[in-house]
Amino acid sequence: MTAGTATTTPVSLGLRDVHLAFGTNRVLRGVDLDVARGATACVIGPSGSGKSTLLRTVNRLIEPDSGDVLLDGRSVLRDDPDALRQRVGMVFQQFNLFPHMTVLRNITLALRRLKKLPEEEAIALARSQLALVGLAAKADSRPAHLSGGQQQRVAIARALALQPQVMLFDEATSALDPELVKGVLGVMAELSAGGMTMVVVTHEMGFARSVADTVAFMDHGVVLEAGAPAAVFEAPQHPRLRRFLSQVL
Amino acid sequence: MDPLSTLWETFFDWDSMREALPEMLTVGLPNTLILAVSAALLGSVLGMALAVAGISRTRWLRWPARVYTDVFRGLPAAATILLIGVGLAPLGMQVWGPNPYPLGILALSLIAAAYIGEIFRSGIQSVEAAQLEGARALGFSWGEAMRLVIVPQGVRRVLPAWVNQLIALIKDSSLVYFLGLLASQRELFRIGQDYAANTGNQSALLLAGLCYLLLTVPLTHAVNAIDRRLRQGRAVTVDPDDDGGGLALAGATAPPQPRPTREDPR
Repeated sequence: MTAGTATTTPVSLGLRDVHLAFGTNRVLRGVDLDVARGATACVIGPSGSGKSTLLRTVNRLIEPDSGDVLLDGRSVLRDDPDALRQRVGMVFQQFNLFPHMTVLRNITLALRRLKKLPEEEAIALARSQLALVGLAAKADSRPAHLSGGQQQRVAIARALALQPQVMLFDEATSALDPELVKGVLGVMAELSAGGMTMVVVTHEMGFARSVADTVAFMDHGVVLEAGAPAAVFEAPQHPRLRRFLSQVL
Repeated sequence: MDPLSTLWETFFDWDSMREALPEMLTVGLPNTLILAVSAALLGSVLGMALAVAGISRTRWLRWPARVYTDVFRGLPAAATILLIGVGLAPLGMQVWGPNPYPLGILALSLIAAAYIGEIFRSGIQSVEAAQLEGARALGFSWGEAMRLVIVPQGVRRVLPAWVNQLIALIKDSSLVYFLGLLASQRELFRIGQDYAANTGNQSALLLAGLCYLLLTVPLTHAVNAIDRRLRQGRAVTVDPDDDGGGLALAGATAPPQPRPTREDPR
């Protein structure tokens, strides 16, 4: 375990009958998902199936219309969303690093402003997180001077620095050149092996097969099939999942 | 007859300029600076408030900002200055005494704020929504995300337009002469005008014009230099490294330097 989370206590995550519509477009139509404490769930499915939206209901970047989001069995829908988001880290397809700040300041910003850490402590923590993703030497660079893979690893370090109890990955490698994907997936696999509770929306079937404890297949706003990777990939039950797998594998 | 003789004699009479120069530098220049700098500061602060109100989700902030901008951008500057400077003069008299500067500065600021607000708003709205999402996902409130992440990026993108507005403001500061100025309160243009009226020769006006250039040209270059620095960040060397050393997103990453100063693909 290197992408360390030694000081955090992972929690279990549960989604219960989550519904969401944008106008008449019903994006989520009753989603249930359970991720045990320290487990990794990969969510797969075609574009537009609601995967990324589902992820955003977990940290309430998008509020569900109905249903419930549970951390360790307790609903978080009445919590302060800003406090919730410090417990739930998120990594985006386009990294969303702040281009006007150095890599180091990207990480220390929330530590200083939200966790109220003194400057030196924030810098020390940020540097150690950067070292864990192999980018200690890039602390003073601007994001634009890094490769996509490096930027994504900085984004992961930035989220981990807040010591979250759950990590969400929204197609974290989809924007990367193929040769850069491996480094990022490696960091994610380490994190998973280290016992972080993770929900990973991904098109990387190899990663889902080898790292996930649960794979959930989403289509048209519902989870059509979920189970252990072996079951989902080797013996898919639902015809739509079979068709999807035949197209992507 | 030399077809340009009128130009030379009327505007380039060195003796007239020399005569006006001391008062221009000791009275006019400081007064113009007082008016322009104060109005620039107040106008930019008000402009930022208007920009944020203009993109607010609350219509009770958005609509007033919209109406304000339409009115103060649409009125001739002279009308606004008279409206405020003359209309509120009794009030100003109570608060500041018989000095037209505070109301003049207020009027200039209110006009500038309408334009600067639109400039800042366009800059802020040009920042990708993903930046806000990224900041909110870390646990920042909307206000913190705006202040720390969105506004700094937005303002940097519109620095040249903002400078345009400050230059217009420096020149418009001459309009306070509508409010009636004591000899010691006259700014650059008024002093030039007075010399021109007294001597029948316009050279002092050209001298006033040169003094404006003395302010506006260095301002432009100073802000361009700041702009360049902000866009580049500190000089960084890219060294190829473990994950291939490739450059990031197509278009988003340029070789570290040099970078264009004005057009930036972001």
